[in-house]
Amino acid sequence: MATQEQNITEGALTDEPRFEGDKTVNIQGLKKAFGMHEVLKGVDLQIGKAENLVVLGKSGTGKSVLIKCMVGLLQPDEGRVEVLGQEVPKLKEDDLNQVRQKIGFLFQSAALYDSMTVRENLEFALRQSKVKDKAEIDKLVEEALDNVGLKEAIDKMPSELSGGMRKRAGLARTIIMRPELILYDEPSTGLDPITSREISELILEIQKKYKTSSLIITHDIECAKITANRIIVLRDGVVTAEGTFEELENSEDEWVRSFFNK
Amino acid sequence: MCGNTNTQQIMSEKIQAAPTDGVKDTSFWQRIFSGKFRQSLANFFDEVGQLTMFTGKFFKELVTPPYEISEFLKQCYWIGNMSLPLVGITAFIMGLVFTMQSRPTLAKFGAESWLPAMVSVAMVREIAPVITGLIVAGKVGSGIGAELASMRVTEQIDALEVSGNRPLKYVVVTRVLACILMVPLLVLFADGIAMMGSYLGVNLTDKTTLRLFFSHVFSALDFIDIFPAFIKTFFFGLAIGIISCYKGYNANSGTEGVGRAANSAVVVASLMIFIIDMIAVQVSDLFMK
Ligand SMILES: Nc1ncnc2c1ncn2[C@@H]1O[C@H](COP(=O)(O)OP(=O)(O)OP(=O)(O)O)[C@@H](O)[C@H]1O
Ligand SMILES: [Mg+2]
Repeated sequence: MATQEQNITEGALTDEPRFEGDKTVNIQGLKKAFGMHEVLKGVDLQIGKAENLVVLGKSGTGKSVLIKCMVGLLQPDEGRVEVLGQEVPKLKEDDLNQVRQKIGFLFQSAALYDSMTVRENLEFALRQSKVKDKAEIDKLVEEALDNVGLKEAIDKMPSELSGGMRKRAGLARTIIMRPELILYDEPSTGLDPITSREISELILEIQKKYKTSSLIITHDIECAKITANRIIVLRDGVVTAEGTFEELENSEDEWVRSFFNK
Repeated sequence: MCGNTNTQQIMSEKIQAAPTDGVKDTSFWQRIFSGKFRQSLANFFDEVGQLTMFTGKFFKELVTPPYEISEFLKQCYWIGNMSLPLVGITAFIMGLVFTMQSRPTLAKFGAESWLPAMVSVAMVREIAPVITGLIVAGKVGSGIGAELASMRVTEQIDALEVSGNRPLKYVVVTRVLACILMVPLLVLFADGIAMMGSYLGVNLTDKTTLRLFFSHVFSALDFIDIFPAFIKTFFFGLAIGIISCYKGYNANSGTEGVGRAANSAVVVASLMIFIIDMIAVQVSDLFMK
Protein backbone atom coordinates (compact mmCIF):
# COMPACT_ATOMS: atom_id res chain seq x y z
CA MET A 1 0.00 0.00 0.00
CA ALA A 2 1.57 3.22 -1.17
CA THR A 3 0.13 5.56 1.42
CA GLN A 4 -1.91 5.15 4.54
CA GLU A 5 -4.44 7.60 3.14
CA GLN A 6 -5.57 5.81 0.00
CA ASN A 7 -5.95 7.85 -3.13
CA ILE A 8 -9.41 7.17 -4.40
CA THR A 9 -10.76 9.28 -7.22
CA GLU A 10 -14.41 10.11 -7.16
CA GLY A 11 -17.25 9.81 -9.63
CA ALA A 12 -19.35 6.96 -10.87
CA LEU A 13 -18.26 4.97 -13.90
CA THR A 14 -21.68 4.22 -15.34
CA ASP A 15 -24.41 6.42 -16.70
CA GLU A 16 -27.01 4.51 -14.74
CA PRO A 17 -28.79 6.70 -12.20
CA ARG A 18 -27.92 6.00 -8.58
CA PHE A 19 -30.42 4.21 -6.44
CA GLU A 20 -32.15 6.75 -4.21
CA GLY A 21 -34.22 4.62 -1.84
CA ASP A 22 -33.17 4.20 1.77
CA LYS A 23 -32.89 0.42 1.79
CA THR A 24 -30.20 -0.74 -0.59
CA VAL A 25 -31.01 -4.33 0.21
CA ASN A 26 -34.24 -5.70 1.62
CA ILE A 27 -34.51 -9.43 2.09
CA GLN A 28 -37.51 -11.10 3.67
CA GLY A 29 -38.10 -14.75 4.45
CA LEU A 30 -35.35 -15.98 2.13
CA LYS A 31 -35.28 -19.77 1.90
CA LYS A 32 -32.88 -21.87 -0.08
CA ALA A 33 -32.34 -25.61 -0.07
CA PHE A 34 -30.11 -27.91 -2.09
CA GLY A 35 -32.06 -31.12 -2.47
CA MET A 36 -32.98 -32.20 1.05
CA HIS A 37 -30.40 -29.92 2.61
CA GLU A 38 -32.08 -26.72 3.82
CA VAL A 39 -29.40 -24.07 3.98
CA LEU A 40 -31.32 -20.82 4.47
CA LYS A 41 -34.55 -21.14 6.42
CA GLY A 42 -36.07 -17.70 6.31
CA VAL A 43 -33.44 -14.99 6.47
CA ASP A 44 -34.49 -11.36 6.93
CA LEU A 45 -32.00 -8.59 6.46
CA GLN A 46 -31.82 -4.97 5.43
CA ILE A 47 -28.88 -2.83 4.44
CA GLY A 48 -29.38 0.92 4.73
CA LYS A 49 -27.88 3.53 2.48
CA ALA A 50 -24.09 3.78 2.84
CA GLU A 51 -24.16 1.19 5.60
CA ASN A 52 -21.60 -1.54 6.22
CA LEU A 53 -23.27 -4.73 7.38
CA VAL A 54 -21.05 -7.52 8.63
CA VAL A 55 -22.32 -11.10 8.49
CA LEU A 56 -20.83 -13.60 10.93
CA GLY A 57 -21.54 -17.29 11.09
CA LYS A 58 -19.91 -20.65 11.22
CA SER A 59 -18.44 -22.23 8.14
CA GLY A 60 -21.11 -23.85 6.02
CA THR A 61 -24.09 -21.90 7.38
CA GLY A 62 -24.87 -20.44 3.98
CA LYS A 63 -23.26 -17.00 4.00
CA SER A 64 -21.95 -17.38 0.47
CA VAL A 65 -25.29 -18.82 -0.62
CA LEU A 66 -27.00 -15.75 0.82
CA ILE A 67 -25.03 -13.26 -1.25
CA LYS A 68 -25.28 -15.43 -4.36
CA CYS A 69 -29.04 -15.18 -4.05
CA MET A 70 -28.65 -11.40 -3.94
CA VAL A 71 -27.06 -11.21 -7.40
CA GLY A 72 -29.14 -13.90 -9.05
CA LEU A 73 -26.41 -16.53 -9.24
CA LEU A 74 -28.70 -18.76 -7.20
CA GLN A 75 -32.47 -18.73 -7.40
CA PRO A 76 -34.12 -18.59 -3.97
CA ASP A 77 -36.85 -21.11 -3.20
CA GLU A 78 -38.97 -18.63 -1.29
CA GLY A 79 -38.92 -15.07 -0.03
CA ARG A 80 -38.38 -11.58 -1.27
CA VAL A 81 -34.95 -10.37 -2.40
CA GLU A 82 -34.91 -6.70 -3.23
CA VAL A 83 -31.58 -5.16 -4.23
CA LEU A 84 -31.22 -1.52 -5.30
CA GLY A 85 -34.98 -1.32 -5.58
CA GLN A 86 -35.32 -4.30 -7.90
CA GLU A 87 -36.64 -7.72 -7.10
CA VAL A 88 -33.68 -9.71 -8.33
CA PRO A 89 -35.14 -13.23 -8.72
CA LYS A 90 -37.90 -11.90 -10.96
CA LEU A 91 -35.73 -9.85 -13.33
CA LYS A 92 -35.19 -10.68 -16.99
CA GLU A 93 -31.61 -11.17 -18.09
CA ASP A 94 -31.07 -7.68 -19.51
CA ASP A 95 -32.53 -5.93 -16.48
CA LEU A 96 -30.59 -8.22 -14.20
CA ASN A 97 -27.36 -7.28 -15.95
CA GLN A 98 -28.20 -3.59 -15.45
CA VAL A 99 -28.54 -4.12 -11.73
CA ARG A 100 -25.43 -6.28 -11.61
CA GLN A 101 -23.34 -3.47 -13.05
CA LYS A 102 -24.07 -1.49 -9.92
CA ILE A 103 -23.08 -4.35 -7.64
CA GLY A 104 -19.55 -5.39 -6.80
CA PHE A 105 -19.03 -9.01 -5.87
CA LEU A 106 -15.84 -10.31 -4.30
CA PHE A 107 -15.78 -14.09 -4.60
CA GLN A 108 -14.48 -16.13 -1.71
CA SER A 109 -12.16 -17.83 -4.19
CA ALA A 110 -11.32 -14.46 -5.87
CA ALA A 111 -12.36 -16.04 -9.22
CA LEU A 112 -9.72 -14.24 -11.29
CA TYR A 113 -9.86 -15.02 -14.99
CA ASP A 114 -7.01 -17.50 -15.45
CA SER A 115 -6.32 -16.67 -19.06
CA MET A 116 -5.73 -12.97 -18.40
CA THR A 117 -3.06 -11.00 -16.57
CA VAL A 118 -4.00 -9.00 -13.50
CA ARG A 119 -4.16 -5.87 -15.63
CA GLU A 120 -6.45 -7.52 -18.16
CA ASN A 121 -8.65 -8.83 -15.37
CA LEU A 122 -9.19 -5.29 -14.15
CA GLU A 123 -9.61 -3.89 -17.66
CA PHE A 124 -12.18 -6.55 -18.32
CA ALA A 125 -14.20 -5.34 -15.34
CA LEU A 126 -14.22 -1.87 -16.90
CA ARG A 127 -15.68 -3.12 -20.18
CA GLN A 128 -19.19 -2.31 -19.03
CA SER A 129 -18.28 1.19 -17.84
CA LYS A 130 -18.49 4.43 -19.74
CA VAL A 131 -14.70 4.85 -19.62
CA LYS A 132 -13.32 4.04 -23.05
CA ASP A 133 -10.13 6.09 -23.16
CA LYS A 134 -7.00 3.92 -22.89
CA ALA A 135 -5.02 6.36 -20.74
CA GLU A 136 -7.89 6.74 -18.33
CA ILE A 137 -8.37 2.97 -18.09
CA ASP A 138 -4.68 2.55 -17.31
CA LYS A 139 -4.93 5.18 -14.62
CA LEU A 140 -7.95 3.49 -13.01
CA VAL A 141 -6.31 0.08 -13.11
CA GLU A 142 -3.10 1.31 -11.54
CA GLU A 143 -4.97 3.22 -8.90
CA ALA A 144 -7.10 0.22 -7.95
CA LEU A 145 -4.05 -2.03 -7.70
CA ASP A 146 -2.21 0.60 -5.72
CA ASN A 147 -5.08 0.64 -3.24
CA VAL A 148 -4.65 -3.06 -2.54
CA GLY A 149 -0.84 -2.85 -2.64
CA LEU A 150 -0.44 -4.95 -5.73
CA LYS A 151 1.07 -2.52 -8.19
CA GLU A 152 4.16 -4.63 -8.85
CA ALA A 153 2.07 -7.66 -9.85
CA ILE A 154 0.19 -5.82 -12.58
CA ASP A 155 1.48 -7.89 -15.49
CA LYS A 156 1.52 -11.26 -13.73
CA MET A 157 -0.81 -14.12 -14.52
CA PRO A 158 -3.14 -15.24 -11.70
CA SER A 159 -1.31 -18.57 -11.52
CA GLU A 160 1.84 -16.70 -10.51
CA LEU A 161 0.18 -15.03 -7.52
CA SER A 162 -0.02 -16.21 -3.92
CA GLY A 163 -3.40 -16.85 -2.31
CA GLY A 164 -3.44 -13.48 -0.55
CA MET A 165 -2.36 -11.68 -3.70
CA ARG A 166 -5.16 -13.29 -5.66
CA LYS A 167 -7.60 -12.16 -3.04
CA ARG A 168 -6.33 -8.61 -3.27
CA ALA A 169 -6.41 -8.66 -7.07
CA GLY A 170 -10.01 -9.87 -6.84
CA LEU A 171 -10.73 -7.02 -4.45
CA ALA A 172 -9.19 -4.50 -6.86
CA ARG A 173 -11.32 -5.91 -9.66
CA THR A 174 -14.42 -5.58 -7.49
CA ILE A 175 -13.89 -1.98 -6.41
CA ILE A 176 -12.63 -0.60 -9.71
CA MET A 177 -16.18 -0.13 -11.00
CA ARG A 178 -17.10 1.93 -7.91
CA PRO A 179 -20.31 -0.02 -7.38
CA GLU A 180 -23.16 1.26 -5.25
CA LEU A 181 -23.35 -2.00 -3.36
CA ILE A 182 -20.41 -4.27 -2.65
CA LEU A 183 -20.72 -7.83 -1.42
CA TYR A 184 -17.42 -8.94 0.07
CA ASP A 185 -16.99 -12.67 0.69
CA GLU A 186 -14.21 -12.88 3.27
CA PRO A 187 -12.08 -9.97 2.02
CA SER A 188 -9.28 -10.48 4.52
CA THR A 189 -9.06 -14.25 4.73
CA GLY A 190 -5.60 -15.57 4.04
CA LEU A 191 -3.89 -12.24 4.59
CA ASP A 192 -1.31 -11.29 7.20
CA PRO A 193 -2.51 -9.05 10.06
CA ILE A 194 -0.98 -5.91 8.59
CA THR A 195 -2.42 -6.29 5.08
CA SER A 196 -5.64 -7.50 6.60
CA ARG A 197 -5.96 -4.29 8.57
CA GLU A 198 -5.15 -2.22 5.53
CA ILE A 199 -7.86 -3.98 3.53
CA SER A 200 -10.36 -3.32 6.32
CA GLU A 201 -9.43 0.33 6.26
CA LEU A 202 -9.78 0.40 2.50
CA ILE A 203 -13.31 -0.97 2.81
CA LEU A 204 -14.13 1.79 5.27
CA GLU A 205 -12.57 4.39 3.00
CA ILE A 206 -14.60 3.24 0.00
CA GLN A 207 -17.77 3.45 2.04
CA LYS A 208 -17.04 7.02 3.11
CA LYS A 209 -15.95 8.25 -0.29
CA TYR A 210 -18.56 6.73 -2.57
CA LYS A 211 -21.37 6.32 -0.04
CA THR A 212 -21.29 2.63 -0.90
CA SER A 213 -23.40 0.12 0.95
CA SER A 214 -21.60 -3.09 1.74
CA LEU A 215 -22.21 -6.56 3.04
CA ILE A 216 -19.06 -8.05 4.46
CA ILE A 217 -18.80 -11.74 5.25
CA THR A 218 -15.86 -12.32 7.53
CA HIS A 219 -14.38 -14.52 10.23
CA ASP A 220 -11.91 -11.79 11.09
CA ILE A 221 -13.12 -9.99 14.21
CA GLU A 222 -10.63 -7.18 13.73
CA CYS A 223 -12.07 -6.57 10.27
CA ALA A 224 -15.60 -6.62 11.67
CA LYS A 225 -14.63 -4.13 14.33
CA ILE A 226 -13.14 -1.70 11.84
CA THR A 227 -15.75 -1.92 9.11
CA ALA A 228 -19.08 -2.74 10.73
CA ASN A 229 -21.87 -0.29 11.33
CA ARG A 230 -24.03 -3.25 12.23
CA ILE A 231 -23.47 -6.98 12.57
CA ILE A 232 -25.77 -9.94 12.06
CA VAL A 233 -25.04 -13.51 13.05
CA LEU A 234 -26.32 -16.43 10.96
CA ARG A 235 -27.04 -19.71 12.69
CA ASP A 236 -28.94 -22.73 11.41
CA GLY A 237 -30.22 -20.81 8.43
CA VAL A 238 -31.68 -17.85 10.29
CA VAL A 239 -30.43 -14.57 11.75
CA THR A 240 -29.98 -15.22 15.46
CA ALA A 241 -28.44 -11.97 16.60
CA GLU A 242 -28.15 -8.43 15.38
CA GLY A 243 -26.54 -5.27 16.71
CA THR A 244 -23.45 -3.12 16.79
CA PHE A 245 -20.05 -4.58 17.52
CA GLU A 246 -20.22 -3.57 21.20
CA GLU A 247 -23.74 -4.93 21.64
CA LEU A 248 -22.89 -8.34 20.26
CA GLU A 249 -19.56 -8.46 22.03
CA ASN A 250 -21.45 -8.25 25.28
CA SER A 251 -24.37 -10.37 24.19
CA GLU A 252 -26.37 -12.49 26.62
CA ASP A 253 -25.91 -15.46 24.32
CA GLU A 254 -22.67 -17.25 25.03
CA TRP A 255 -22.57 -18.75 21.55
CA VAL A 256 -22.66 -15.28 19.99
CA ARG A 257 -20.06 -13.99 22.44
CA SER A 258 -17.76 -16.82 21.52
CA PHE A 259 -17.31 -15.27 18.06
CA PHE A 260 -15.62 -12.36 19.76
CA ASN A 261 -13.18 -14.57 21.68
CA LYS A 262 -14.94 -13.83 24.94
CA MET B 1 -35.90 -76.30 -11.62
CA CYS B 2 -37.10 -76.43 -8.11
CA GLY B 3 -35.48 -73.10 -7.38
CA ASN B 4 -37.09 -71.68 -10.45
CA THR B 5 -40.63 -72.57 -9.47
CA ASN B 6 -39.86 -71.26 -6.05
CA THR B 7 -38.95 -67.84 -7.36
CA GLN B 8 -41.91 -67.93 -9.64
CA GLN B 9 -44.12 -68.59 -6.70
CA ILE B 10 -42.60 -65.79 -4.74
CA MET B 11 -42.94 -63.53 -7.74
CA SER B 12 -46.56 -64.31 -8.26
CA GLU B 13 -47.22 -63.83 -4.57
CA LYS B 14 -45.57 -60.46 -4.74
CA ILE B 15 -47.53 -59.53 -7.79
CA GLN B 16 -50.75 -60.49 -6.11
CA ALA B 17 -49.75 -58.65 -2.99
CA ALA B 18 -48.90 -55.49 -4.87
CA PRO B 19 -51.78 -53.06 -4.55
CA THR B 20 -52.03 -52.37 -8.26
CA ASP B 21 -55.20 -51.96 -10.14
CA GLY B 22 -55.18 -53.62 -13.53
CA VAL B 23 -53.26 -56.66 -14.60
CA LYS B 24 -49.57 -56.75 -13.79
CA ASP B 25 -47.95 -58.24 -16.81
CA THR B 26 -44.20 -58.59 -16.57
CA SER B 27 -43.63 -58.90 -20.28
CA PHE B 28 -40.25 -58.71 -21.93
CA TRP B 29 -40.55 -55.01 -22.73
CA GLN B 30 -41.70 -54.13 -19.29
CA ARG B 31 -38.71 -55.81 -17.77
CA ILE B 32 -36.44 -54.05 -20.23
CA PHE B 33 -37.96 -50.67 -19.48
CA SER B 34 -37.64 -50.85 -15.75
CA GLY B 35 -34.84 -50.36 -13.28
CA LYS B 36 -31.39 -49.28 -14.35
CA PHE B 37 -31.97 -49.39 -18.06
CA ARG B 38 -34.96 -47.13 -17.77
CA GLN B 39 -32.99 -44.72 -15.64
CA SER B 40 -30.14 -44.48 -18.09
CA LEU B 41 -32.57 -44.10 -20.96
CA ALA B 42 -34.21 -41.24 -19.11
CA ASN B 43 -30.81 -39.68 -18.44
CA PHE B 44 -29.92 -40.01 -22.09
CA PHE B 45 -33.03 -38.19 -23.26
CA ASP B 46 -32.59 -35.61 -20.55
CA GLU B 47 -29.06 -34.96 -21.76
CA VAL B 48 -30.21 -34.74 -25.38
CA GLY B 49 -32.87 -32.25 -24.36
CA GLN B 50 -30.39 -30.15 -22.40
CA LEU B 51 -27.94 -30.21 -25.28
CA THR B 52 -30.63 -29.11 -27.70
CA MET B 53 -31.58 -26.25 -25.43
CA PHE B 54 -27.93 -25.28 -25.11
CA THR B 55 -27.62 -25.26 -28.90
CA GLY B 56 -30.72 -23.07 -29.11
CA LYS B 57 -29.18 -20.61 -26.64
CA PHE B 58 -25.98 -20.64 -28.67
CA PHE B 59 -27.82 -19.57 -31.82
CA LYS B 60 -29.74 -16.93 -29.93
CA GLU B 61 -26.57 -15.42 -28.48
CA LEU B 62 -24.87 -15.75 -31.85
CA VAL B 63 -27.19 -13.32 -33.56
CA THR B 64 -27.51 -10.69 -30.84
CA PRO B 65 -24.80 -8.02 -30.63
CA PRO B 66 -22.24 -7.17 -29.27
CA TYR B 67 -19.85 -9.51 -31.03
CA GLU B 68 -16.68 -10.62 -29.29
CA ILE B 69 -14.39 -10.42 -32.31
CA SER B 70 -11.03 -10.39 -30.58
CA GLU B 71 -11.84 -13.34 -28.34
CA PHE B 72 -13.11 -15.21 -31.40
CA LEU B 73 -9.84 -14.60 -33.28
CA LYS B 74 -7.85 -15.67 -30.25
CA GLN B 75 -9.76 -18.95 -30.12
CA CYS B 76 -9.28 -19.52 -33.87
CA TYR B 77 -5.56 -19.05 -33.47
CA TRP B 78 -5.50 -21.38 -30.48
CA ILE B 79 -7.39 -24.15 -32.30
CA GLY B 80 -5.17 -23.88 -35.35
CA ASN B 81 -2.06 -23.80 -33.25
CA MET B 82 -3.14 -26.83 -31.22
CA SER B 83 -4.07 -29.09 -34.08
CA LEU B 84 -2.07 -28.04 -37.13
CA PRO B 85 1.06 -30.16 -36.52
CA LEU B 86 -0.87 -33.26 -35.53
CA VAL B 87 -3.34 -32.95 -38.39
CA GLY B 88 -0.46 -32.41 -40.82
CA ILE B 89 1.56 -35.41 -39.71
CA THR B 90 -1.45 -37.72 -39.55
CA ALA B 91 -2.74 -36.65 -42.95
CA PHE B 92 0.65 -37.15 -44.54
CA ILE B 93 1.00 -40.63 -43.11
CA MET B 94 -2.56 -41.55 -44.07
CA GLY B 95 -1.97 -40.43 -47.64
CA LEU B 96 1.28 -42.35 -47.87
CA VAL B 97 0.06 -45.55 -46.23
CA PHE B 98 -3.26 -45.61 -48.01
CA THR B 99 -1.48 -45.32 -51.34
CA MET B 100 0.96 -48.11 -50.50
CA GLN B 101 -1.82 -50.36 -49.25
CA SER B 102 -4.06 -49.85 -52.26
CA ARG B 103 -1.35 -50.37 -54.80
CA PRO B 104 -1.19 -54.22 -54.82
CA THR B 105 -4.95 -54.53 -55.31
CA LEU B 106 -4.99 -52.11 -58.19
CA ALA B 107 -1.88 -53.75 -59.66
CA LYS B 108 -3.78 -57.05 -59.89
CA PHE B 109 -6.08 -55.42 -62.42
CA GLY B 110 -3.26 -53.54 -64.04
CA ALA B 111 -4.81 -50.29 -62.89
CA GLU B 112 -1.91 -48.64 -61.04
CA SER B 113 -2.48 -45.44 -62.97
CA TRP B 114 -5.76 -45.12 -61.13
CA LEU B 115 -3.97 -44.87 -57.83
CA PRO B 116 -3.92 -41.06 -57.51
CA ALA B 117 -7.57 -40.85 -58.47
CA MET B 118 -8.70 -43.50 -56.05
CA VAL B 119 -6.67 -42.24 -53.13
CA SER B 120 -7.71 -38.65 -53.64
CA VAL B 121 -11.41 -39.50 -53.75
CA ALA B 122 -11.13 -41.59 -50.59
CA MET B 123 -9.11 -38.93 -48.82
CA VAL B 124 -11.23 -35.94 -49.72
CA ARG B 125 -14.57 -37.62 -49.28
CA GLU B 126 -13.98 -39.54 -46.12
CA ILE B 127 -10.60 -40.01 -44.55
CA ALA B 128 -9.32 -36.45 -44.20
CA PRO B 129 -12.58 -35.05 -42.78
CA VAL B 130 -13.05 -37.85 -40.27
CA ILE B 131 -9.42 -38.03 -39.18
CA THR B 132 -9.24 -34.26 -38.79
CA GLY B 133 -12.52 -34.25 -36.94
CA LEU B 134 -11.30 -36.90 -34.54
CA ILE B 135 -8.01 -35.12 -33.92
CA VAL B 136 -9.74 -31.82 -33.26
CA ALA B 137 -12.28 -33.57 -31.04
CA GLY B 138 -9.41 -35.08 -29.08
CA LYS B 139 -7.18 -32.04 -28.76
CA VAL B 140 -9.54 -29.09 -28.89
CA GLY B 141 -12.60 -30.82 -27.44
CA SER B 142 -10.75 -31.94 -24.34
CA GLY B 143 -9.06 -28.55 -24.10
CA ILE B 144 -12.32 -26.63 -24.24
CA GLY B 145 -14.08 -29.11 -21.96
CA ALA B 146 -11.38 -28.85 -19.32
CA GLU B 147 -10.99 -25.09 -19.62
CA LEU B 148 -14.68 -24.32 -19.29
CA ALA B 149 -15.09 -26.85 -16.51
CA SER B 150 -12.29 -25.30 -14.50
CA MET B 151 -13.78 -21.87 -15.16
CA ARG B 152 -17.02 -23.24 -13.79
CA VAL B 153 -15.58 -24.81 -10.64
CA THR B 154 -13.36 -21.82 -9.82
CA GLU B 155 -16.40 -19.55 -10.20
CA GLN B 156 -14.96 -17.63 -13.16
CA ILE B 157 -18.15 -18.17 -15.13
CA ASP B 158 -20.13 -16.83 -12.18
CA ALA B 159 -17.74 -13.88 -12.04
CA LEU B 160 -18.40 -13.12 -15.71
CA GLU B 161 -22.09 -13.32 -15.03
CA VAL B 162 -22.16 -10.99 -12.03
CA SER B 163 -20.03 -8.44 -13.84
CA GLY B 164 -22.88 -8.11 -16.33
CA ASN B 165 -21.06 -9.91 -19.15
CA ARG B 166 -22.83 -12.78 -20.83
CA PRO B 167 -20.62 -15.83 -20.33
CA LEU B 168 -22.53 -17.71 -22.98
CA LYS B 169 -21.64 -15.06 -25.51
CA TYR B 170 -18.11 -14.39 -24.38
CA VAL B 171 -17.02 -17.94 -23.65
CA VAL B 172 -19.28 -20.32 -25.58
CA VAL B 173 -20.20 -18.50 -28.79
CA THR B 174 -16.61 -17.52 -29.54
CA ARG B 175 -15.31 -21.05 -29.07
CA VAL B 176 -18.05 -22.79 -31.02
CA LEU B 177 -17.74 -20.33 -33.89
CA ALA B 178 -13.99 -20.81 -33.93
CA CYS B 179 -14.51 -24.58 -34.21
CA ILE B 180 -17.02 -24.12 -37.04
CA LEU B 181 -14.54 -22.01 -38.96
CA MET B 182 -11.34 -23.86 -38.18
CA VAL B 183 -12.36 -27.48 -38.73
CA PRO B 184 -13.13 -27.00 -42.46
CA LEU B 185 -9.87 -25.06 -42.90
CA LEU B 186 -7.94 -27.82 -41.16
CA VAL B 187 -9.66 -30.41 -43.37
CA LEU B 188 -8.61 -28.52 -46.51
CA PHE B 189 -5.10 -28.44 -45.14
CA ALA B 190 -5.26 -32.16 -44.40
CA ASP B 191 -6.52 -32.85 -47.95
CA GLY B 192 -3.49 -31.06 -49.36
CA ILE B 193 -0.98 -32.74 -47.10
CA ALA B 194 -2.52 -36.19 -47.65
CA MET B 195 -2.07 -35.70 -51.38
CA MET B 196 1.59 -34.93 -50.81
CA GLY B 197 1.88 -38.14 -48.83
CA SER B 198 0.15 -40.01 -51.58
CA TYR B 199 2.51 -38.52 -54.15
CA LEU B 200 5.41 -39.86 -52.17
CA GLY B 201 3.69 -43.25 -51.94
CA VAL B 202 3.23 -43.43 -55.70
CA ASN B 203 6.82 -42.41 -56.25
CA LEU B 204 8.18 -45.20 -54.10
CA THR B 205 7.49 -47.66 -56.91
CA ASP B 206 6.66 -45.65 -60.02
CA LYS B 207 8.04 -42.41 -61.25
CA THR B 208 5.56 -39.60 -61.69
CA THR B 209 5.98 -35.89 -61.81
CA LEU B 210 4.11 -33.80 -59.31
CA ARG B 211 2.27 -32.22 -62.21
CA LEU B 212 1.11 -35.47 -63.70
CA PHE B 213 0.07 -36.72 -60.28
CA PHE B 214 -2.05 -33.69 -59.58
CA SER B 215 -3.58 -33.68 -63.03
CA HIS B 216 -4.77 -37.22 -62.28
CA VAL B 217 -6.06 -36.11 -58.91
CA PHE B 218 -7.96 -33.12 -60.21
CA SER B 219 -9.49 -34.97 -63.11
CA ALA B 220 -10.75 -37.60 -60.66
CA LEU B 221 -12.21 -35.17 -58.16
CA ASP B 222 -15.64 -33.88 -59.02
CA PHE B 223 -17.66 -31.16 -57.42
CA ILE B 224 -19.77 -33.99 -56.03
CA ASP B 225 -16.75 -35.34 -54.14
CA ILE B 226 -15.65 -32.05 -52.72
CA PHE B 227 -18.79 -30.11 -51.91
CA PRO B 228 -20.71 -32.49 -49.61
CA ALA B 229 -17.48 -33.44 -47.86
CA PHE B 230 -16.76 -29.78 -47.26
CA ILE B 231 -20.23 -29.04 -45.96
CA LYS B 232 -20.16 -31.83 -43.43
CA THR B 233 -16.96 -30.49 -41.89
CA PHE B 234 -18.85 -27.40 -40.73
CA PHE B 235 -21.16 -29.72 -38.86
CA PHE B 236 -18.16 -31.53 -37.40
CA GLY B 237 -16.94 -28.18 -36.11
CA LEU B 238 -20.34 -27.32 -34.71
CA ALA B 239 -20.63 -30.68 -32.96
CA ILE B 240 -17.16 -30.50 -31.42
CA GLY B 241 -17.65 -26.93 -30.25
CA ILE B 242 -21.16 -27.33 -28.86
CA ILE B 243 -20.54 -30.63 -27.11
CA SER B 244 -17.28 -29.66 -25.46
CA CYS B 245 -18.65 -26.29 -24.39
CA TYR B 246 -21.80 -27.93 -23.04
CA LYS B 247 -19.83 -30.49 -21.06
CA GLY B 248 -17.49 -27.88 -19.63
CA TYR B 249 -20.14 -25.25 -18.98
CA ASN B 250 -22.28 -27.69 -17.01
CA ALA B 251 -19.45 -29.41 -15.16
CA ASN B 252 -20.01 -30.53 -11.59
CA SER B 253 -18.08 -28.71 -8.94
CA GLY B 254 -14.87 -30.22 -7.69
CA THR B 255 -11.70 -31.03 -9.51
CA GLU B 256 -12.90 -34.45 -10.62
CA GLY B 257 -15.64 -32.61 -12.51
CA VAL B 258 -12.96 -31.08 -14.74
CA GLY B 259 -11.51 -34.42 -15.76
CA ARG B 260 -14.93 -35.89 -16.33
CA ALA B 261 -16.01 -32.96 -18.48
CA ALA B 262 -12.89 -33.19 -20.64
CA ASN B 263 -13.26 -36.92 -20.99
CA SER B 264 -16.91 -37.00 -21.95
CA ALA B 265 -16.43 -34.03 -24.29
CA VAL B 266 -13.99 -36.13 -26.32
CA VAL B 267 -16.05 -39.31 -26.22
CA VAL B 268 -19.36 -37.72 -27.19
CA ALA B 269 -17.82 -35.41 -29.81
CA SER B 270 -15.98 -38.31 -31.48
CA LEU B 271 -19.12 -40.40 -31.56
CA MET B 272 -21.04 -37.47 -32.97
CA ILE B 273 -18.53 -37.14 -35.80
CA PHE B 274 -19.26 -40.68 -36.94
CA ILE B 275 -22.99 -40.11 -36.65
CA ILE B 276 -22.84 -36.91 -38.69
CA ASP B 277 -20.64 -38.70 -41.22
CA MET B 278 -23.26 -41.39 -41.60
CA ILE B 279 -26.08 -38.89 -41.98
CA ALA B 280 -24.03 -36.86 -44.45
CA VAL B 281 -23.50 -39.79 -46.77
CA GLN B 282 -27.22 -40.56 -46.77
CA VAL B 283 -28.14 -36.96 -47.44
CA SER B 284 -25.64 -36.48 -50.25
CA ASP B 285 -26.75 -39.76 -51.84
CA LEU B 286 -30.28 -38.44 -51.78
CA PHE B 287 -29.32 -35.35 -53.73
CA MET B 288 -26.96 -37.02 -56.13
CA LYS B 289 -29.50 -39.48 -57.46
N1 LIG C 1 -24.17 -25.27 -5.49
C1 LIG C 1 -24.41 -25.98 -4.38
N2 LIG C 1 -24.96 -27.20 -4.46
C2 LIG C 1 -25.23 -27.93 -3.36
N3 LIG C 1 -24.97 -27.52 -2.12
C3 LIG C 1 -24.40 -26.31 -1.96
C4 LIG C 1 -24.09 -25.48 -3.09
N4 LIG C 1 -23.55 -24.32 -2.63
C5 LIG C 1 -23.53 -24.45 -1.29
N5 LIG C 1 -24.04 -25.62 -0.88
C6 LIG C 1 -24.18 -26.06 0.51
O1 LIG C 1 -24.71 -24.99 1.24
C7 LIG C 1 -24.11 -24.89 2.50
C8 LIG C 1 -23.65 -23.48 2.75
O2 LIG C 1 -22.58 -23.17 1.88
P1 LIG C 1 -21.87 -21.76 1.87
O3 LIG C 1 -20.80 -21.82 0.85
O4 LIG C 1 -22.86 -20.69 1.76
O5 LIG C 1 -21.21 -21.71 3.33
P2 LIG C 1 -20.49 -20.49 4.00
O6 LIG C 1 -21.33 -20.01 5.11
O7 LIG C 1 -20.12 -19.49 2.98
O8 LIG C 1 -19.20 -21.18 4.61
P3 LIG C 1 -17.68 -20.66 4.64
O9 LIG C 1 -17.56 -19.73 5.79
O10 LIG C 1 -16.90 -21.90 4.86
O11 LIG C 1 -17.41 -20.03 3.34
C9 LIG C 1 -23.00 -25.92 2.53
O12 LIG C 1 -23.43 -26.98 3.35
C10 LIG C 1 -22.86 -26.39 1.13
O13 LIG C 1 -22.62 -27.77 1.11
MG1 LIG D 1 -18.46 -18.92 2.03
